[in-house]
Amino acid sequence: MIQSDRDANGVYLRVSGDLLTQSLDIVEKAFEGFQTDSGTLTVDLSKVEALDTGGAWLIADVARRAKASGATVHYEGLSPAHSALLETVAENISDDRVAEVEHRSFTDWVASVGERTAQAGKDLLSLLEFLGLTLHRLVRTFLMPWRLRKAALVSQMEETGFKAIPIVALMGFLIGVVLAFQGATQLKQFGAEIFVVELISISVLRELGILLTAIIVAGRSGSAFTASIGSMKVQEEIDAMRTLGLDPIEVLVIPRVVALLIMLPILGFIADLAALIGGGLMSWIDLGVSPGMFVTRLKENTGIWQFAIGMIKAPFFALVIGVVACWQAMQVKGSAQSVGQRTTASVVQSIFLVIALDALFSIFFSVMEV
Amino acid sequence: MDGTTLKQTPKSGAQREAVIRVRNLTNQFGPQVVHQDLNLDVWRGEVLGIVGGSGTGKSVLLRTIVGLNKPAAGSIEVLGVDVLNGPEQERRRIERRWGVAFQDGALFSSLTVLQNVMAPLREHTGLSESLMCALGSLKISLVGLPQLSCGKLPSELSGGMRKRAALARALALDPEIVFLDEPTAGLDPIGAAAYDELIGELQHALGLTVFMVTHDLDSLYAICDRVAVLAEKRVLVEGPIEEMTKVDHPWVQEYFTGPRARAAQEKGQDR
Repeated sequence: MIQSDRDANGVYLRVSGDLLTQSLDIVEKAFEGFQTDSGTLTVDLSKVEALDTGGAWLIADVARRAKASGATVHYEGLSPAHSALLETVAENISDDRVAEVEHRSFTDWVASVGERTAQAGKDLLSLLEFLGLTLHRLVRTFLMPWRLRKAALVSQMEETGFKAIPIVALMGFLIGVVLAFQGATQLKQFGAEIFVVELISISVLRELGILLTAIIVAGRSGSAFTASIGSMKVQEEIDAMRTLGLDPIEVLVIPRVVALLIMLPILGFIADLAALIGGGLMSWIDLGVSPGMFVTRLKENTGIWQFAIGMIKAPFFALVIGVVACWQAMQVKGSAQSVGQRTTASVVQSIFLVIALDALFSIFFSVMEV
Repeated sequence: MDGTTLKQTPKSGAQREAVIRVRNLTNQFGPQVVHQDLNLDVWRGEVLGIVGGSGTGKSVLLRTIVGLNKPAAGSIEVLGVDVLNGPEQERRRIERRWGVAFQDGALFSSLTVLQNVMAPLREHTGLSESLMCALGSLKISLVGLPQLSCGKLPSELSGGMRKRAALARALALDPEIVFLDEPTAGLDPIGAAAYDELIGELQHALGLTVFMVTHDLDSLYAICDRVAVLAEKRVLVEGPIEEMTKVDHPWVQEYFTGPRARAAQEKGQDR
């Protein structure tokens, strides 16, 4: 509580009760509203029961404002402990309050758009540089296979490949089921039920199997790469490696990229297989196409090229996912928040690039007429 | 079982109030017993230094008292509240009356230094934004950081500055007890001495009780009123540091009468 009154000697400010940080909100307004003038200000603290730095700040702030407007300030009834505290606080009070709120004008916004565009260009260059570096190390590893970290490679293959089998197989199976079911409803109208086999096999083998596998792997392993290498970056482990003469690309990036290069085609194959099984099963249940007929039709009308086109794309997708994830990890700066942002960016970018690359392949193969 | 409690020298007056009371504490991680029937009292207004060899559970003791680690057995009272089994509401209230500064600062890496210090204020008080800002920058100034560092991120600070910022955050709510985990580890001797002095000053000005885990003999001699030695899974001995040399235990003897201890003692007497 504060109370002020004025007499011939100037202004008296009587403060009483508890002045503690946790309950300052009650008295904050009263202190702020206290108008200082150039006369003598006497602050009576004899009724103050508890005081901490927060309360002392309010009193010191009043005193500072009073002095600024030319008053002389006296304290009354100040206990020795409170006096020491008040003195310490008054010494450390800063005149200029820190501006927390930033004002953003239209020009700032334009500037930030420009900065971001320039940054996007720089990022692209940096990504290409990283891709080149990784390819160089990849070729060197290929020429000098004893430099490959086998233990890391195997553990990455287990993490990114083996453990992804259930989810990839389930995804493939369900895609097959959905395609068969949706295809059947449409094809029934034309009495062309049997073409459901081509619908499933061509769309899955050529496009969907590997594309959806790549998307799952990008979400599953790409994020894990970025988060784990990014945390190492925060902990200065990458710098430590460099000082020990270890090449982070060779130690961290190559095993992950090679693991993806090996495992993504295998996962894609599993997804293809599961989709054909799912599609076959659904065709049998829904359309009465027997498994025997499904397989015969598959052999006759779907060329090996449909399967090959899907598989050819797998290593490229693997490279994109691995390189984007590791590059994003290397861009992590200092904080946990940065790891989170980079992990999100890693997943979004690698999925986008995989789809864009798939579109390019699509055009390429149709021009090549396969 | 209780360890040899040496003659106490109360800081002020005859009436001592135990702000932390640890009784028969047992901590166990799997088969490894860290503490067994550990007893410890911390008196109001004192600076207590906890020392002990590596792996004697100094940090575990600190973490247990502030509730980050659940002990296997025993009781802990802080400011008269049972922090292990007391009612949830009371334990929450108690948490606002202590501050913890971790070894590497443990500042929130995505917030600026000022925002870090303001975080507890924002959470536990209803103060206006400008007052929180002012109190935050006051705390930053109190721990001896330049106002310029308010807007910096923790990753842009040096190790010593991070420790100071962590102390500022621990002091944000004006706690009665401050826990410090190795406050001077990793600082250069000048920085460490300045930090010791800072803790001493703040302790005096704000009337803090300081619970400090440390390895730094200089700190022990410079600012600690009492020292508690952890060994053999309990508080082996506690008392003013001058009396530690008289304790008949090989580790305590080696620790407090070794060459570094003698140097620190001379330095401590100079002050």
